[in-house]
Amino acid sequence: MSIYSNEHKEYLKKKRRKTIFVHMTQIFIILFFFIIWEYLANKGIINTFLYSSPSLIIKTIINLIKQNNLFSHLFITISEVMISFIISCIIALFISTILWWNEFISRVFNPFLSNLNSLPKVALGPLIIIWAGASIKSIILMSLMISIFVTIINFHQSFIGTDKNYITLLKSMNAKKKDIFFKVIIPSNKENIISTLKINLSMNFIGVIMGELLVSKKGLGYLIMYGSQVFNINLVITAILILGLLSFILYYIITIINKLIVKKR
Amino acid sequence: MEDNVLLKTINLSKNYYNDKTEIKAIENLNIHVLNNEILAIVGPSGCGKSTFLSILANLEKQTNGKIIMKKNLSIGYMLQSDSLFPWLTILDNVLLGLDIKKMKTGNNIEYTINLLKKYGLYEFRDQYPDNLSGGMRQRVALIRTLATNPDLLLLDEPYSALDYQTRLSLSNDLQEIIKNEGKTAILITHDLAEAISLGDRVIVLSKRPCTIKSIYNINLNNKTNPIDNRKDPKFNYYYDKIWRDLDVHI
Repeated sequence: MSIYSNEHKEYLKKKRRKTIFVHMTQIFIILFFFIIWEYLANKGIINTFLYSSPSLIIKTIINLIKQNNLFSHLFITISEVMISFIISCIIALFISTILWWNEFISRVFNPFLSNLNSLPKVALGPLIIIWAGASIKSIILMSLMISIFVTIINFHQSFIGTDKNYITLLKSMNAKKKDIFFKVIIPSNKENIISTLKINLSMNFIGVIMGELLVSKKGLGYLIMYGSQVFNINLVITAILILGLLSFILYYIITIINKLIVKKR
Repeated sequence: MEDNVLLKTINLSKNYYNDKTEIKAIENLNIHVLNNEILAIVGPSGCGKSTFLSILANLEKQTNGKIIMKKNLSIGYMLQSDSLFPWLTILDNVLLGLDIKKMKTGNNIEYTINLLKKYGLYEFRDQYPDNLSGGMRQRVALIRTLATNPDLLLLDEPYSALDYQTRLSLSNDLQEIIKNEGKTAILITHDLAEAISLGDRVIVLSKRPCTIKSIYNINLNNKTNPIDNRKDPKFNYYYDKIWRDLDVHI
């Protein structure tokens, strides 16, 4: 560790102060939003039956916890997201590797992939329910449909975009295709792979909630659906807020993993 | 084949095709490479010099003609860009060739580490390439090429991306390393001064399709290192002749 000069310390201090100021402002905006919301609800300016209010949301959360429901819903949604995330990563990595490996296969399947990717997958919802039944299977299938094509395309794009000089170099060393894949393609695309995983995670999130809205009996999507059916807006908004918090946390975890992997340089 | 010839090409030709045209890059090229020489090849840009090296390095196949090599000749190829892997340390970068060729034995690793020591890079072995200057990176790239202990080095404008001063000092380096390690090299360059000061022979190639225009044995009065060679009285004589041969029209 080097010893910092006073000017350097001053510089670091200023930098830290600026960061703290940014975070404070962000927290302030959130607080401001909730306070105004609560104030308007209290004064009767907005109808709490339609728009709920922060205090009602807190009550709903406490109720959910008391009935021992909140965490089981949360747990179901998280595990569905994780299962479909892992499955889609494995399948996408496998397929994109094959596409990179064999140009013929890639040329044959490229139009199919872009077509499937642009198809609005919600349209498949009814079919998925009929084929897989109203169960967790449908939810995961839905999530895979939404996430997998874009993930395959992104992986494949970054694989074929690898610096040609690296590949020429390895070829001049008589490297086999396997060596090129493991020694160049994968390590040089580490950052691309992680940012694709980020997109994949949010896609799985979308897919799981969509699936839950369609079929489920548990999970945050179910809470939203159930709440709207019995016209319990408090429940709907509570579930949405928890969902927002959850996706923020998951995104944050991947960012940290990203930092740990890329840090090495 | 004569004993002192490492490699020769017989009527080597290479054509490229696209939908509309056929491009003749190389036509009937007959070049031989002598043991322990530095053979410099100059030619107008785009004339197929690099194609020639990629064929020798087995990265591309010739359309016609033959290449005869000395038995068990091993070849090391150095590209214009250093192509050091930013995710590997300097040591892992120079060991890459051994790793790929499954030759990572104790002896070979020791040989490579000795090269790093000899040419002033050992203290950087655990650094990443991003921390090194352009000149240093090219030196690492040269050591990476030498690590598999090839007999013949193919150097494709290895220093063209560097500034003039670095290039001068690296060409001293390059000559010293090639002569010390008893290697043979084909050096492709568009820099006439580099070709004359480094090369034992200079081959001038024509415009596309590329054939041999002239060959010079560089006989300077007092042949030393590339920087001093440039001051040799006969240096300008060769420079002038080759410049005329190249026949540059803009």
